[in-house]
Amino acid sequence: MKQSLEQLREEFRYEKTNSCVQCGYCLPVCPTYITMGKETHSPRGRINLVKMVGEGKITDLSVLEEPLDLCLGCRACETACPTGVEYGSILEAARAALVRRKKFSAPVRLLRKAMFQKVFPNRKIMKFTGNAFWLYEKSGLQKAGRTSGAMKRLPNHLGDFEAIMPQAVSPAERKKTPNRVKAKGEKKYTVAFFTGCIMDAMFQRINRLSVQLLAEAGCEVIVVPKQTCCGALHSHSGEMEETKRLAKQNITAFEQAGVDFIVNNAGGCGAMLYEYGHLLEDDKEWADRAAAFSAKSRDISQVLVSCGGLSNLHTYPGELVTYQRSCHMTNVQKVTSEPLDLLNSVSGIRFIEMEQADMCCGSAGIYNIINYDASMDILDRKMKDTKATGASVIITTNPGCLLQMKLGIEREKLSESVRAMHLIEYLAEAAGIS
Amino acid sequence: MKMMTSNHIDEIKKIVKSGRVLTDESDRFSYSFDGSFGTFLPDAVIQTKSTEELAQLVKLANREQIPVYPRGQSTSLSGGPLPVKGGMVFDLSVMDDLLEIHGEDLVAVVSPGILTANIHKAAEQKGLMYPPDPSSSHVSTIGGNMAENSGGPRGLKYGVTKDYVIGLEVITPEGEIIKTGGSTVKNVTGYDLTKLIVGSEGTLGIITKAVLRLIPKPQGSETIMAVFNSLIDAGSAISKILSSGILPSKMELMDKASIAAVENYEPLGLPLNAEAIILIELDGHPLALKDEVKQAADLCDSVGAREIRIPQNAEERAEIWKARKLVSPAIARIKPTKISEDATVPRSKIPQMCMRLQEIRDKYDVHLVVFGHAGDGNLHPNIICDKSDKEEMRRVEQAVAEIFTAAIELGGTLSGEHGIGLMKAPFMEMELGAIGLDMMKRIKESWDPNNIMNPGKIFPEPGQKLELS
Ligand SMILES: Cc1cc2nc3c(=O)[nH]c(=O)nc-3n(C[C@H](O)[C@H](O)[C@H](O)COP(=O)(O)OP(=O)(O)OC[C@H]3O[C@@H](n4cnc5c(N)ncnc54)[C@H](O)[C@@H]3O)c2cc1C
Ligand code: SF4
Ligand code: SF4
Repeated sequence: MKQSLEQLREEFRYEKTNSCVQCGYCLPVCPTYITMGKETHSPRGRINLVKMVGEGKITDLSVLEEPLDLCLGCRACETACPTGVEYGSILEAARAALVRRKKFSAPVRLLRKAMFQKVFPNRKIMKFTGNAFWLYEKSGLQKAGRTSGAMKRLPNHLGDFEAIMPQAVSPAERKKTPNRVKAKGEKKYTVAFFTGCIMDAMFQRINRLSVQLLAEAGCEVIVVPKQTCCGALHSHSGEMEETKRLAKQNITAFEQAGVDFIVNNAGGCGAMLYEYGHLLEDDKEWADRAAAFSAKSRDISQVLVSCGGLSNLHTYPGELVTYQRSCHMTNVQKVTSEPLDLLNSVSGIRFIEMEQADMCCGSAGIYNIINYDASMDILDRKMKDTKATGASVIITTNPGCLLQMKLGIEREKLSESVRAMHLIEYLAEAAGIS
Repeated sequence: MKMMTSNHIDEIKKIVKSGRVLTDESDRFSYSFDGSFGTFLPDAVIQTKSTEELAQLVKLANREQIPVYPRGQSTSLSGGPLPVKGGMVFDLSVMDDLLEIHGEDLVAVVSPGILTANIHKAAEQKGLMYPPDPSSSHVSTIGGNMAENSGGPRGLKYGVTKDYVIGLEVITPEGEIIKTGGSTVKNVTGYDLTKLIVGSEGTLGIITKAVLRLIPKPQGSETIMAVFNSLIDAGSAISKILSSGILPSKMELMDKASIAAVENYEPLGLPLNAEAIILIELDGHPLALKDEVKQAADLCDSVGAREIRIPQNAEERAEIWKARKLVSPAIARIKPTKISEDATVPRSKIPQMCMRLQEIRDKYDVHLVVFGHAGDGNLHPNIICDKSDKEEMRRVEQAVAEIFTAAIELGGTLSGEHGIGLMKAPFMEMELGAIGLDMMKRIKESWDPNNIMNPGKIFPEPGQKLELS
């Protein structure tokens, strides 16, 4: 593709790289810089590579591929950056620019298309996947798979993921999720619940508990039917057109509901919803609607705290609990204190923060499947810090983190003594809801 | 200087058994910059923890006349680690295994890739202190700090990096491993090579290990913030306090432009209509502190401070120092390019320097922000500009040159802490004189006869000028 430097600059958002003064303040927080040990995999290094494209010094764009592929997109660098470099949008633009040029091999292209355009956004297919999980688990296949080691031979280490698949909900129960739930006691807010594609397929139980806890706290909860995937995985992979299409579908679906908040329980999805405003800012027709949507988007912990928290939460005295933060919740939505407030309201709990609590666990969407080895290096570091706390419960606020922490527990052979749970599961347990 | 060939790369790979040799384009670009200006590609980047392997590489470089560039975390603001003539970059940040605190000897033994903040932490755990505190401590390596002789606010009372380095292990530019100094504070055996290496900006050898002096941690500290209606008055307050017999541990200045920038960036309740603020930290025994705080506050009052705040607890203190910490990032948001200078004058000349800076700002119509370690005369005049605006950058070049002239005319120096590197090389003769500069060059030539160790730095090339546009 022949292009003028001007066009390249625009496409790669070169002007945004100029606010990077190369101070290196982002280096100590970048998980890939720490585990891979070279500047090529640091935020400063990645930004510089994009800068070099904009200055015409790098002409072979494939030079950027590996460094950008290996970025987790955790955006810890943004939080650390003193000059406010918008790393997320530089990364997004650069990835999209590379995707546009990339000649994937035919099977990969088909697979990408199928996953991104068909599977994630389609509630029916994701439901089917969920049902397949259920059958798989109930039929004893999962047990057979686990013991025979057959799963271990799956490509890309999918076998490792098999061990951590969630307990599935039966198809009959899945259908039971109601579309409207009344507030318990005095109604404080009316909220719409964002189900999310992966949460809906794999963690239906957590979704159901979320709705129950919201009602418990005083929310009337609506589950809007035409909602779809948030588009985060598409956006991280540079599939921007598809991301925008999904965003528009969600905006349309939710704006008719007329609610106070749009509530989600997945840090990664929440961050995407929070950024719809930014995603569509150049689209005249949609900019205002997108901004209004994002302004209403909340993580469930924020809404529960706004409602005054939950009462009568108990666990056994002295239960040691730690929290693996969701990067996107911390660095994009900037939601940090609410989950801790909720945890600390459980009587009996002993909360203990791990070292480098803000560091990514390495799950990062589907990073752990695509970049398995890099992800496991990051996970192993994370598990060291987790183990040092001595906690028997690891709380997470995002499905990817939840699976990754479960994987970490398996890898460390701690499954007898340590549980990874979504915050909602833990609160529900403490409230005696099952 | 020779070009590197694929045979060289093969030989390098044979030597580096325990580490990595990076030659991909993405890697070379990633080691082509620092915190200042310019892009210079190395031919290869070496990462190894082995001093032996590094020494062998230097021997190879010396034999084949290949440039070698030591590098820490590349936060240098003067172009120090830039591989301006290609060759090999040694990424010494990977040498980060050794950090021992010997409480009884009051020393720390460290490898060069340790981040300075980790030395602060380790010393503190034993009730000790490593005083040098460049504001980049959490991201810069002790190796880089030693090579640049870095300093920070505490320089006023405690001195800078060179005052705490007492022993070194160094690879000479001819590939030999030598030890200088030792573990004792007193040591007069021969020339003080330790002090020569510290501040040599990586041009005389590679530091592979160091012994640092530690001191007991002060028992308490207090902070004062004084607000002024004139920058010159603030300058007088600084001189007054320094001649009163009190020695604060820090004394920092923020001018109107930096106050505004910080408030814009994060509202902290700073007085926006003030011309200057000074922040003072005193440390020592709690009883003595009480007295000194009162005395210092009275002195500020006597030269016309319009307001004096004394924070009552650790949180309030932290809030005040946060304002100072935020200056540097906050001003970088005004315009994309930040030229950060560190010209330094004798303490008594601070008011005059402030005046000269205001004149320069008006004369060249540049966005000049002044803040810094006023207590030791180390001001940070920063020019905020846009490097894509060629006409503006030419005015900036002239303003920078005039800032240097002003500092030297007032009996000061080009650089208090950031080093000469690339950018300030053209001004060396102005400060040192032809013979002074020549004596330095002779030292360089006898240590590094083939000029392979960080070539292109400190000493100006014939006809070299400051170029920002
Ligand atoms: C935001 C910001 C704030 C800063 N604040 C301060 C401050 O308050 N005070 C201050 O003094 N400086 C400051 N600096 C400048 C910079 O951080 C220091 O110069 C620091 O010491 C550089 O350390 P580094 O590890 O990044 O080294 P580099 O930048 O990688 O290298 C610096 C020099 O040291 C040489 N070098 C590195 N390691 C070795 C070694 N092991 N042996 C021999 N030579 C070596 C290099 O060749 C180069 O010449 C600041 C920089 C930034 C970006
Ligand atoms: S912290 Fe920000 S300005 Fe500094 S190097 Fe990283 S991205 Fe650039
Ligand atoms: S997003 Fe995360 S992995 Fe990527 S550069 Fe920033 S800190 Fe590193």
